Amino acid sequence: MGAGVPRRLGRSEAARGFVLIGPPAIYAILLLAAPLGTMLLYSFLTDGYLEIIWTLTLDNYREAWTDPLYRSVVLRSLRVAAMVTLVTVCLAFPIAYYVSFHVRPSRKGLWLFLITIPFWTSYLIRVFLWKVILGYNGVINSGLLGLGVIDEPLTFILYNVNAVVITLAHAYAPFAILPIFVALERIDRSLLEAGRDLGESGPMTFWRVTLPLAMPGVVAAVLIVFIPTIGDYVTPALVGGPEGRMVANLIQLQYLRLDNFPLGSAIALSAMAIVTVVSLVFLFLNRRFLRAAP
Amino acid sequence: MRLLRVYALAYLVFLYAPIVLLPMFAFNNGTIIAFPLTGFTTRWFEAVIATPAIRNAVQNSLIIAVSSAVISTALAVCAARASTRYRFPGKAGIMGLIMLPIVLPEIIVAVSLLVVLLGVGVNLSILTVILGHVLICTPFCIAILNSAFQSLDRSLEEAAYDLGESRWSTFRLVTLPLVAPGIVSSLLISFTISLDEFIIAYFLAGTQATLPVYIFSQFRFPQAVPVIMALGTILVALSVTLLACAEYFRRRSIARTGGPQSGGLT
Repeated sequence: MGAGVPRRLGRSEAARGFVLIGPPAIYAILLLAAPLGTMLLYSFLTDGYLEIIWTLTLDNYREAWTDPLYRSVVLRSLRVAAMVTLVTVCLAFPIAYYVSFHVRPSRKGLWLFLITIPFWTSYLIRVFLWKVILGYNGVINSGLLGLGVIDEPLTFILYNVNAVVITLAHAYAPFAILPIFVALERIDRSLLEAGRDLGESGPMTFWRVTLPLAMPGVVAAVLIVFIPTIGDYVTPALVGGPEGRMVANLIQLQYLRLDNFPLGSAIALSAMAIVTVVSLVFLFLNRRFLRAAP
Repeated sequence: MRLLRVYALAYLVFLYAPIVLLPMFAFNNGTIIAFPLTGFTTRWFEAVIATPAIRNAVQNSLIIAVSSAVISTALAVCAARASTRYRFPGKAGIMGLIMLPIVLPEIIVAVSLLVVLLGVGVNLSILTVILGHVLICTPFCIAILNSAFQSLDRSLEEAAYDLGESRWSTFRLVTLPLVAPGIVSSLLISFTISLDEFIIAYFLAGTQATLPVYIFSQFRFPQAVPVIMALGTILVALSVTLLACAEYFRRRSIARTGGPQSGGLT
């Protein structure tokens, strides 16, 4: 107990909770809340080359929202993140379903461990290896050339949006599989039997019982993949080429190259606001599935 | 269900494809990262050991990863204990703020810290990277430690109080040993996250390159890439070993505190 805390207060449950939560909370306030607040303040100031001009203005936001270059990058980020999310979640669902419904309970842990391992290996190196796989002389091209399927290397798979989608779908696979798996595990198996007993076919039972019950997991997977992918820096920088630049690359450019903190802050906060709005709309559209969630 | 099984195996191939290629190129004698392979060599691994810049980056990364792991686990022990054991006003809001970095793109964490640190005149160094890494590691540590504290049987602590132990000695003698495997698992996970983290280190390290920052800078030079493949092979082997250890301790933690066995890092 802290020395300054009076004895009676020290005994109460709330006070003990506060003393314990104190260090991590203060850390988060100083190094997360305060920086985010400062960023918000900066976004209303003006960059004066050598110093920041302290007059509040909306110019940065005006520039961030009207400049055609910035707008196209932000729109592309949204499009890429949406595509990545769709591909990742659609690819992940059957895996989560397989592990939950068709793997023996004693082997489930092993499967989940196998699925999560690649996620923990160096992200940079994985992205670079996708560049090796998809490249002009890459694994796919040399393989297909060797088999005689194609006559010259495919060029549409590297340094564009496709490469970004493939690489991010790989990077975020476990993020999509785990929440769907957890939701599927929670489904009471007797409900499925009831569906069958009442004369539904296997696919119909899946469509009308399993899928609606798994939706909370799918919604969580969508958000967990969508939110970080839109802010990804490494993948667009390494495999995206000039056509695949995303909003994080733009933010990095403003901060580290052009040294324009106010405009960079305005772009970053605008992107965050868009992500928040899109996520909330998505949650709203799926509210009927979430209401039933335990 | 045969089709689903084939799909599952194909998916694992997709997941592991890059990792399987890594050692193939690390031991390949050619300087170009492409097929066909041209012969076996260990010279890239020798180059890894002989490059001073790599040694320097490894040293920086280890200092950062160890410090981040220790600090974020210590903070997470407080937070997980508070959130599983006590009720207090504003709990959901405070926990929400602490867990926020899990859903915040790392670039936002990086630039917001950069603005503040430069604003108050702190020089960018290893220390500033640690500040950022603790922020993003703590939520993961809390997630792990929450399950360790949750599966703790509270009657064991009550028994210790009844036997005359003080609150602190009970925590030290009863609670801590019971959640120790969870703490080890939290240390290992946060160490791995910090070691691999690129974007925060890229923004906040100043002139001190960490390993991922060094690797990223070398991708521009094609002749440097085989060495990076060798370095990557070492890193992947290390990560997999650490994770297997973390998973082992996490399972022991649940078994020890009497909770149900559930698989995976969930």
